[in-house]
Amino acid sequence: MSNTASLLLTLPELILSVGSIALLMVAAFVGDKATRGISIAAVAVLMAATISAALPMNGGGVAFDGLYRADAFSGFAKVLIYVAAAISVMIAPRFFARGGALRAEYPILLLLSSIGMGMMVSSGDMLTLYVGLELQSLAAYVLASFMRRDARSAEAGLKYFVLGALASGILLYGISLVYGFTGTTLFDGVAVAFSNGLSTGEMFGLVFVMAGLAFKIAAVPFHMWTPDVYEGAPTPVTAFFASAPKVAAMGLFVRVAVEAMGPAASSWQQIVIFSALASTVLGGVAAIGQTNIKRLLAYSSINNVGFALFGLVAGTEEGVAAVMTYMAVYIVMTLGSFLCVLQMRDARGEPIETIQSLSGLSRTRPALAAAFAMFMFSLAGIPPLFGFWPKFLVFDAVVGVGLWPLAMVGIATSVIGAFYYLKIVKTMYFDEPAASYAPVTSYTEGTLIAVSAIIVSPAGYLAIPALGAASLAAAKALF
Amino acid sequence: MIQTIAFYLFATIVIASAALTILARNPVHSVLWLILAFFNAAGLMVLVGAEFIAMLLVIVYVGAVAVLFLFVVMMLDVDFAALRAGFARYLPIGVLLVLVLAAEMIFAVSAWSAGAIALSATVAPIPAEVPNIVAIGTLIYTRYLFIFEGAGLVLLVAMIGAIVLTHRTRSGVRPQKVSDQVKRRPQDAVRKTDPLVGQGVEL
Repeated sequence: MSNTASLLLTLPELILSVGSIALLMVAAFVGDKATRGISIAAVAVLMAATISAALPMNGGGVAFDGLYRADAFSGFAKVLIYVAAAISVMIAPRFFARGGALRAEYPILLLLSSIGMGMMVSSGDMLTLYVGLELQSLAAYVLASFMRRDARSAEAGLKYFVLGALASGILLYGISLVYGFTGTTLFDGVAVAFSNGLSTGEMFGLVFVMAGLAFKIAAVPFHMWTPDVYEGAPTPVTAFFASAPKVAAMGLFVRVAVEAMGPAASSWQQIVIFSALASTVLGGVAAIGQTNIKRLLAYSSINNVGFALFGLVAGTEEGVAAVMTYMAVYIVMTLGSFLCVLQMRDARGEPIETIQSLSGLSRTRPALAAAFAMFMFSLAGIPPLFGFWPKFLVFDAVVGVGLWPLAMVGIATSVIGAFYYLKIVKTMYFDEPAASYAPVTSYTEGTLIAVSAIIVSPAGYLAIPALGAASLAAAKALF
Repeated sequence: MIQTIAFYLFATIVIASAALTILARNPVHSVLWLILAFFNAAGLMVLVGAEFIAMLLVIVYVGAVAVLFLFVVMMLDVDFAALRAGFARYLPIGVLLVLVLAAEMIFAVSAWSAGAIALSATVAPIPAEVPNIVAIGTLIYTRYLFIFEGAGLVLLVAMIGAIVLTHRTRSGVRPQKVSDQVKRRPQDAVRKTDPLVGQGVEL
């Protein structure tokens, strides 16, 4: 395939690269005065990329001799990623406006990070995987410490960087072992080599690659960075971390597990089973004692990643489709929750993060409390809210391959998780009112909360046919 | 035969010096062990016939280590007088290290001229007719073009990040304003006076 044809397949990345570099020029010459314009342009660029990513769903292909794949799977994941990134751009201005900390680089770094995430879900080679992952991570480290005068933000960035570098090292070591023992970095080639049985070296490579990727999706036992980073990073950045990179890393995990290491499924299945179980249990138990809402949502994200991994355990088309549906619904729930957290600010506009401050929110701000309660019920997976549906699909896939005991344990752990979500609802509805929050002044944020609340409400079930078909098409692209 | 001996020599020293890099209590010693580790890793690369990567390791990493060294000296409170005190006492160890490095270089060159280590069949073959650097160049700019561009973006992000996190406009500094300097005409700045004797000039 010629380079031109290959380049056309990478159209979303192309749009984002050209857009981010052009906006970077504007930022360099005009300065922070242009931030508003750059943010709007960045959202427009992300929307253009979303549309171009949705196109290959009907065709797609392999570009650059197998390095890059544009298929239904990457298209589905990219739509989620770019939309989540666009929302992260939109919710930033009001949060940063307070300290005058919003600089023109924020939307640009998000764009560059989106390029990396697109490369991750489209990768057909270990090298694309690694470069995409680094591009995403490096931008994320900077975003985490974006409020550099804030000690917690700087701490979050440093912690993320050091642990992320460790994970990259582990991943790279695994990749080099896989390359050394199979002689190729292409996913197809690795799959061919793995289908003749695993040698010890290949086994080690597989374990290290899985460990490195588990760090990026924050699955237990590689989750320890999550609460600290989520707590310290500025709230819009935390919302971003909990949504787009999670989808990208999960998409990458699924692609590597199925496409490259599919023939060795029996070997990685036990790793994924352990990680899924440990994530759901730890995410549920450790969240109970939290007093900070951002830390609590960090544990909630660990918990949710565990549930999504159950779909991968099944290893079937239905399982992978369930993972994709799960991620789609998960980002709506998590972005909605963080949008509500963004509204938690005192009369002077300082952000508050304690769960205590939510007391009696139903009386001071009934609409916000209702939306927050819906996100919490939905994250807990309580029907009839939409969050129930992906959990059902995931366990359905697990039962479909006959792993009954695993599904039973998984459902039991989801009850543990429900406890702390309900605790927040109880605080909002049954406790004595605390000091009221400042009123919502941003129409964007109000609208986004309303839209995500409608999606997670029972009305979301109307989207099941479309979402299910897209997820299944995405999953079929991998098998 | 000589390759096998050289391999075990390099491999042992890489591991030992890497361990000592993190075990050494003195940060300056850590940096020195790191340099030794890099040199030996370069030796391993020479053994497998990747002489270009060996050069890169030495040039790039030893250059980077020099910067790292500077950081150590600047950031940490290292008492150099105390370090220098034992110069004569530790001279034999220093000489020993120099000898080891010299012996390694001789080993590496002779092992290289004896031909590279035969690698297992799974590893992608090294093109025999063109030098390493040509082979890498043709791959990077054709087959792996996409990843090469991606790596460029990674570097761009690193640069933006460094500027975002460290650059700030200080108040109270007096930078040079070239346009103001160029705009200034002699008649604005120069005044001709004709002072009387004994009165001087009023400025």
